[in-house]
Amino acid sequence: MDEKTLEVRKEEVETPEGVERTRPGRTYVPQADIYESNGEVVLLVDLPGVDAESLDILLEENVLKLSGSVAYEPPEGYDLALAEYGIGNFQRAFSISSEIDQNRIEASIKNGVLRLVLPKAVPTTRKIAVKSM
Amino acid sequence: MWWREFDGGRRSLWREMDRMRREMDRVARTGLHTPAPAYPALNVWSNADGLVITAEIPGIEPADVEISIVGETLTIAGERKPDEVDGERRYHRRERGYGRFVRTLQLPYRIENQAIEATFDKGVLTIILPRAEEDKPKKIQVKVA
Repeated sequence: MDEKTLEVRKEEVETPEGVERTRPGRTYVPQADIYESNGEVVLLVDLPGVDAESLDILLEENVLKLSGSVAYEPPEGYDLALAEYGIGNFQRAFSISSEIDQNRIEASIKNGVLRLVLPKAVPTTRKIAVKSM
Repeated sequence: MWWREFDGGRRSLWREMDRMRREMDRVARTGLHTPAPAYPALNVWSNADGLVITAEIPGIEPADVEISIVGETLTIAGERKPDEVDGERRYHRRERGYGRFVRTLQLPYRIENQAIEATFDKGVLTIILPRAEEDKPKKIQVKVA
């Protein structure tokens, strides 16, 4: 796959039919990279305005749910003259394959990018010795 | 010219309605945001004393953000580098972009260059640009004759 160039793209979460949000404001789907390397799956997620305190990661039945809240105060005494992007919370869920060792998932966030390292479980195949009678 | 399009009769009216529908779709999709001509997208706030510009640039180091101002032109540049990993990488999903970006913005007035403040926090850049003192509008007192 070719490397992607930087682009402006911020998509809102589509609310499933019949489900309504209980809080006002917009919610966006953060952009993510997922790659596999050296027996680990690495997930990189762009979450500008989110830090370790405002990020929630929940793992529930093989679904990894990310929600980042963005505390944003518009500059006081100023009027918005140009708006090219919206500001709101982030939300996205990923399903995790069963070959991930769920107890060893590590997460860190720096400069608005979350890095999740999901190590693959050590294969549990065993060779069974056959005894001769 | 617009009236010439209407000369075509009903068909061009449909075209016009189609254009309006597309425009409404765009507004519904993006809100009332102006599409950004280049990366990164900017929000600009203004008042009588100056401007505040914000941009979301996650994944770059604060020291790698280059901000320069020449006359009334502001330039924001930098580079987002890919994650460094030894060995082979197999991508399952690739939505984030990398590379160098340069965005220039024509400001409405001169800026007090010594007083520019820029902060970079959690991937969000904020630049405070105070309007040059000599460029501020002067209030003229009207005397009663």
